[in-house]
Amino acid sequence: MISKEQKSKPNRSSFFLNLLTNRVSSLFIAVVLALVFTCLVILIIKANPFRVFEVIFSGAFSSTDAVTQVLQAWVPLVLASIGLMFTFTAGLWNIGMEGQIEIGAICAYGVIRLFMDSSTASPAIVIILTMLAGAVGGSVWALLVGMLKNFGGVNEIFGGLGFNFIADTVMLYLVYGPWKPIGVANGSTKMLPRSLWLPQIPGSYLSLWALGIAILGVVITAIVLKGTYFGLKIKAVGKNNKSSFLMGIPTSRYMLISFMLCGIFAGLTGALQITAFYHVLRTGISGGYGYLGLLVGMLANVQPLVTAAIAFVFIALSKGAAGLGIDLKLDSNLSGVIQGTLVMFVLVMDGIRKVIVKKNKGARIG
Amino acid sequence: MDSSLISSIGSIFAWAAPVIFGVLGETITERSGVMNLSLNGSLILSAMVGFVAATTTNSFLIGFLAAAAVGSLIALLIAFMSIDLKQSQIAVGYVLAMATKSLAYFLGAPYVGAHVMLLPTVPIPLLSQIPFIGPILFKQTILTYLSYVAIVVCYIWIFKTHQGLILTGIGERPSAAYIRGANVNRLRYIYTGIGGAMVGVGGALYSLSVKTWNGTLSGFDGIGWIILAITIFGGWHPIKGALGSYLFVVFQYVGIILQPLMPNVNSRVFQVAPFPLMILALLFVNIGNADWVERTLAGLPENVRRTISKVLRAMRTSPPAALGVPFENE
Repeated sequence: MISKEQKSKPNRSSFFLNLLTNRVSSLFIAVVLALVFTCLVILIIKANPFRVFEVIFSGAFSSTDAVTQVLQAWVPLVLASIGLMFTFTAGLWNIGMEGQIEIGAICAYGVIRLFMDSSTASPAIVIILTMLAGAVGGSVWALLVGMLKNFGGVNEIFGGLGFNFIADTVMLYLVYGPWKPIGVANGSTKMLPRSLWLPQIPGSYLSLWALGIAILGVVITAIVLKGTYFGLKIKAVGKNNKSSFLMGIPTSRYMLISFMLCGIFAGLTGALQITAFYHVLRTGISGGYGYLGLLVGMLANVQPLVTAAIAFVFIALSKGAAGLGIDLKLDSNLSGVIQGTLVMFVLVMDGIRKVIVKKNKGARIG
Repeated sequence: MDSSLISSIGSIFAWAAPVIFGVLGETITERSGVMNLSLNGSLILSAMVGFVAATTTNSFLIGFLAAAAVGSLIALLIAFMSIDLKQSQIAVGYVLAMATKSLAYFLGAPYVGAHVMLLPTVPIPLLSQIPFIGPILFKQTILTYLSYVAIVVCYIWIFKTHQGLILTGIGERPSAAYIRGANVNRLRYIYTGIGGAMVGVGGALYSLSVKTWNGTLSGFDGIGWIILAITIFGGWHPIKGALGSYLFVVFQYVGIILQPLMPNVNSRVFQVAPFPLMILALLFVNIGNADWVERTLAGLPENVRRTISKVLRAMRTSPPAALGVPFENE
C-alpha cells in the first residue's frame, strides 16, 4: 500500500523508507548490523574479525567430519525449536524446555536400566520404549508448568525456570547417587551396551535415524500447525485468548495440550541425546538447546521450515565457534553473541518498520 | 558468643546485598510498568565490566560506576524497544539475557585470573561494638550498608512520597496518571534506568565482593532469574522483597552447613536446591489469584471459607496492572 503511494513521486527518502519497511530488505539490514556489531566486539578484544569468521566457518564446514558433527547437533536443536512452535503459537513462553529435555533423558535412561542386563529383550523394542518414556517424561514435566500457570496462577516463565532447577537437582542426585557407575562419580552413568545405540554412520557421531526423526518432526509439525483445524484453534488461543474462549474454544485445555506437545518434543530430544549421541546419562545433557531453541523460535516466527533452516545456521555457528579456543585462544561464547545480536537487530528492524508504517497511515488519514 | 557463628551470620548479610540491589531495582522498574527480564545477563555483564574497570584503574568507585552504567544501559534499551519500537518486553528481555551473558563471557575471558580486588569491610564505630548485633550488622562493606539504606529509601519513596504515588499510578493506571499530568513514558525510562543501575551494582558486588570474576566458572549464573522470582514473591514491595532475598541466602547457607552432614549427596545438589524452593514459593503467593480456588471456596461452609480466604489474601500478591503493557496516549 505504502510502496504504491510512494512510487508516484520517487525520491531518495522514500527509497530509504521502502528499504526499512520491506520485510526482506529489513531482515538483510538486521543481519548486516548484527555482523557489524560482532566485528566491533571482536575488535574490542583485539582480534581480527575476518580471521575469526574464517575459523568459525571452517570449524563448521571444512571437512565431512565437521559437517556430520553439525548435523548431529542440529537434531536436538531442531527438535527443541520445533516443539516450541506449539507453545509459541499458543502465546506461551516455554522456558522450561531445558528441564523437560533433562527429565526426558532421565526417564529414557530409567527404561534402559531395566533392560540393560537382560539379553532376551529385543534392542529395537527397548529403543522404542526408551523413546516413548522420554516423550512421556518430557510432556508430564511440561504439563506441570502448564498446570502451575493454569491452576496456580504462576507465570510459565517462572514455573518453567523452577522446574528447570528441579530437573537439574534430580539429575545431579541420580548421576552422583543411585545411578553412578560403581567406584567413580564423574557426573555420568554407566554406558549403554552397543546393542541399544541408534545405528550411527561408521566413523562419525551422526545417526541417520536421529536425523530422520528430526526431519519427520518438522514435517509433522508443519502439517499440524498449518493444515489442521486443531492448529488453527491453538493459533486462535495464542492470538486472542479471551475471544477464543467466548467463541467456545476451551482455551485452558488447548494451552495444556500445547505444553504437552512441546514436552513430547523435548523428551524425545533428551532420549535421542542418550540413544543416538552420548550413550550415557550425564549432567548438562540438555546442552542449552532449550534456551537456544527459544531464540530460533523467535526468529522463525512459527514457520516450521524456516525454523529448520535457522536452527542449522545457529548450530553451525555454535559448532564452528568451538574451534576459537584452540585456534585463536578466544572464548567460544562468541557464537552466543552473534545469535543474540542477530535476534536483537531483527526485533529492532521490526520495531522501526512498525513505527514507519504507523506514521504513514496516520499521515494519510490526517 | 562463638565468633565463627557471628561471622557466618554476618556473611549472610554480605551475600544478600547483591540480591537486594537486584530485587529493589527490579521492583521499582516493574512498579513503573516495565518488565526487565534481562537480569541474568545484565548481572553477569555488569559484574564483568565492573571487575575489569576496577582492576585496571585500581578503583572500586570506577568499577561500581561502570557496572551501574552497564546495567542502566541494558535496562534503557529494553525501555526503548518497548516504549518507542513497540516490541514485546519479554522477547527483548529474554534475548538480552542470553546475548549479554555470552558477551560477558566472551569479553571477560582474558581477565580470568587477573588480580582479585575484594571490597574491604569498614566497621562502623560505636555501632559495631554492640554485642552480637554489632559485628553481624555493622562490620560490613560500605555497599552492604548501602543495601540496608536502599531498602528503607525505596520503601519511603514508594509509599510515603508524592513521587511514589505517581510511580504506582503509571504502573497501575497509566492513562489516569497521564490525565493528571504525569509524563508516563519519560518516568518509565527514568525508573527503568535507575532500576537497571541498581542491578548493575548488584552484579559488581558479585565480582568485587561476594565472589570474583572467573568467566564461566564465576558461579552466579542463574541468580538473575531468582531475583526476578523474589521480586514477585515479595509482591513488588521493597521490604518483603528484601526479606525474600535474606530467605534465599539463608537457604543457600543452610545447604553449605548441611553438606558435611550428608556426605552421600553431591555438593552441587545443595547449591541448586534453594532455586526450586524459591520458585515453588511463588505458587503459594499466586494461588489465591486462580479462579478455581474462588469457585472451590464458594462451596465451602461460611466459617471455613472465611478463614481460608483470609490466609490466601494475606499471602496473595498481584502485579502492577499495566506491567508489560506499553502506554499510548490517544
